[in-house]
Amino acid sequence: MDAVTGQTDAAQANTPNVIEMRKVCTRFGTHSVHTDLDLDVRRGEIFAIVGGSGSGKSTLLREMIMLHRPSSGSIKILGADLQTISEEEAMILRQRWGVMFQHGGLFGTLNVLDNIGLPLREHTRLDDTLINELAAWKLTLSGLKPETGLQYPPELSGGMLKRASLARALAFDPELLFLDEPTAGLDPGGAGGIDTLVRTLHDLYRSTIVIITHDLDLLWQVTDRVAVLGEGKVVGLGSMMELSQMDHPIIRGYFDGPRGRTAQEQAQKLNKE
Amino acid sequence: MQTPLIPADIAQPDPGLFVLTGSWTARAVGDVDRKLVSMSAADAAEVVIDGSHLDTIDSVGVWILQRQLKKIRDKGVSIRLLDWSSHSQKLMEIVEEQIAVPLLQTPQISLLEKIGRKGEAVWKDTFSLLSFIGEAALAFVRIVAHPMRWRVRPTLKYIQIAGFDALPIVGLTSFLLGIVVAYQGADQLRHYGANIFVVDLVGFSMLREFSPLITAIIIAGRSGSAYAAQIGTMVVTEEIDAMRTIGIEPIDLLVLPKIIALAVALPLLTVFSDVTGVLGGMIMARSQLDIGFNEFLVRFGSEIHLPALLIGVGKAFVFAFIIVIIGCYQGFRTKGNADSVGRQTTRSVVQSIFIVIVLDSLFSVIFSMLDL
Ligand SMILES: Nc1ncnc2c1ncn2[C@@H]1O[C@H](COP(=O)(O)OP(=O)(O)OP(=O)(O)O)[C@@H](O)[C@H]1O
Ligand SMILES: [Mg+2]
Repeated sequence: MDAVTGQTDAAQANTPNVIEMRKVCTRFGTHSVHTDLDLDVRRGEIFAIVGGSGSGKSTLLREMIMLHRPSSGSIKILGADLQTISEEEAMILRQRWGVMFQHGGLFGTLNVLDNIGLPLREHTRLDDTLINELAAWKLTLSGLKPETGLQYPPELSGGMLKRASLARALAFDPELLFLDEPTAGLDPGGAGGIDTLVRTLHDLYRSTIVIITHDLDLLWQVTDRVAVLGEGKVVGLGSMMELSQMDHPIIRGYFDGPRGRTAQEQAQKLNKE
Repeated sequence: MQTPLIPADIAQPDPGLFVLTGSWTARAVGDVDRKLVSMSAADAAEVVIDGSHLDTIDSVGVWILQRQLKKIRDKGVSIRLLDWSSHSQKLMEIVEEQIAVPLLQTPQISLLEKIGRKGEAVWKDTFSLLSFIGEAALAFVRIVAHPMRWRVRPTLKYIQIAGFDALPIVGLTSFLLGIVVAYQGADQLRHYGANIFVVDLVGFSMLREFSPLITAIIIAGRSGSAYAAQIGTMVVTEEIDAMRTIGIEPIDLLVLPKIIALAVALPLLTVFSDVTGVLGGMIMARSQLDIGFNEFLVRFGSEIHLPALLIGVGKAFVFAFIIVIIGCYQGFRTKGNADSVGRQTTRSVVQSIFIVIVLDSLFSVIFSMLDL
C-alpha cells in the first residue's frame, strides 16, 4: 500500500474531485459576480483560475476557503459540504489546506519564523524547539535565507512576503494549497523562482494546487488545467494548449495579445527541448 | 467524511528493528516523540525502519523520526528503510539533509548593551522631536510668507472637530469640577465664617489652573490621539509617501492646519470651561453656603481680575502646540503595521498629558516668582 496517501486513498475512492462547485451564485447587492458557476478541481492537479479584473476570482477563492458564503449553490471541498459543515469539521478542514494570500497576510507583530510556526503552535501540542526547527525548514524550502526568519514582516520585500506566506501555508503539509497571485509584483527572476517552487512543492507534497494568476508564463509552465472566468461563469476549461484553440472572445483576449503569443512561443520552445 | 486518525506509534520488536504504525502527521503524532527519544539501537550494527504498517507520514512525523535517527546515526549505526513509499522516502532524504543544518539563534543582548541602546533611542527620539518642531516652524514661516498656500478649509474643519464638537464634554467636566472645588472649599470656609471666599477659591482655581489643565487633558485624549492614529494609518498605507511624490508637504497639509486650529480652539474651549466651571461653583455656593448668584457675581467682578483669565488662556495656547506637535510627531513615527499605529497613538496621549502637566507646574513656579 502507498504509505503516504493511506488516509487520502479512502477519500479518493468516493471523491475524485477535491473541489466541487455547483450552481454557485454570488451577489453583492444587485451586482451579480457569479451566476450558476460550476467548477471541479481534480486531486493532485495544478489548477489555475484566470479572468479579467473584477471577474470574481478572489471572491471565488474566498468562497472556497470559507471566508465568504455564496448567495446560493453548493461547494464541496475535500469531500466536505461547506453549507452543512460543523464548526469542528471546519477546523479540521482548515488544517488540511494552506492559503497564500495576495499580500502575505503575515502577522506584523511576530517575526517570520513565529509566523510560520503559528499554525502548529496553535493546533498541536508539539514542543517549541521542534516547531522552530520545522519552521526554519519550511523557510528554506520556500527559498528564503535562514536570517530572514528573525525579521519582521514590515521589513520584508514583496517577494519575500509571498515566500514567507507560502512557508506558513505549508505548516500542515496541506493536501490542498491555494495561491492568490503568487507572482504578481515580482521581478521576472523572482517569478521564475516561484514557478520552480510550485513544481517542487507539488512533487514533494503531491498536493492539489489552485492558483489565481494573470501570469501567462506561470500558466504555461506549471498548470495542468486552467479555468477562464467571465460573465459570471467558467467560459473555458482545459489545458493551456486546449484553451489556445478555443474561440470564445474572452479566451481569445488572453491569447491574442502580444504577451500571450510570446509566452506561448516560449512554452512551446521549452517543451521541444 | 473523515476516517478517524490512528495515533502514531512505534515498536521495537528487536534492537535493530523499528516498526512504525498509525498516522505520523502533525495532528496525530501526539507523544510518540517521548517514546522515540527513549529508544536507542544498543549494539545493533544496522537499524531497519519498517514503514509497511504506516498509514501516513508528513513532514512533522518525518522530522521527529529523523531527529532521533540522527543521534543513532552519529553513533555509527546505519539506517535502512524497509517498505517505504517512494514519496515518503524522498521526504526522509530531504529532511535528513536539512536536519543537519543548525538552527539560527536570536542573538542575546547583555544588560549593559540594552541600557546603551535604550539611551541611544531616547537621545535620537528627542533629537528627531526637536527637528520635527523645527520643520513645523519652517512650514509656518512659509505660509506666513505665502498666505495663499494656507489651507483654510482643513483648518476650519479641524476647529469644528477639535473645538466645537468637544464643547459638551468639556462643559460637563468643568461644571462638575467647579462643583467639586466649591464643595470641598465650603466645608473649610464655613468653619471660619469666611463663606464669601468661595468666590475667590472657585474663580482663581478654575481660571488659572483647572480649566486650562482639564481642557488640555480632554483634548489630548480626544484629538491628540486621533491625530496620531490618522497620520499613523496614512504612513502604513503609504499615503504620506504618495503625498511627498505628488509634491505636497505632509506637514503643510496635515500638521499646520491642526496647529492653527487648535491654537484657536483650545483657548476658546478654556474660556468655555471657565464659564461652566464657575457656574458649577456658583450653584454649589448657593446650596451649601447661602451665597446668592447676585452676591457671587458682584464679588467675582471685584476680586477676579483680567490677568487670571489671561494666564489660563495663555497656558491653553501653549498646551495646544504641545498636543498637536506630540500627536502628529508620534503619528509620523509609525512603522509599517497596525500594531505600531496603536502603540504610537497611546504614546502620543501619554506623552502630551505628561508634558502638559509638567509645563503647568513650571508655569506655576514662574508666575509665583513674577508675582502674577
Ligand atoms: N465585499 C464586497 N462588496 C461589494 N462588492 C464586492 C465585494 N468583494 C468583491 N466585490 C465585487 O465583486 C467583483 C469581483 O471581485 P474580485 O475581487 O473577486 O475580482 P478579481 O477577479 O479577483 O479581480 P482582480 O483580478 O482585480 O483581483 C468586483 O466587481 C467587486 O467590485
Ligand atoms: Mg483578486
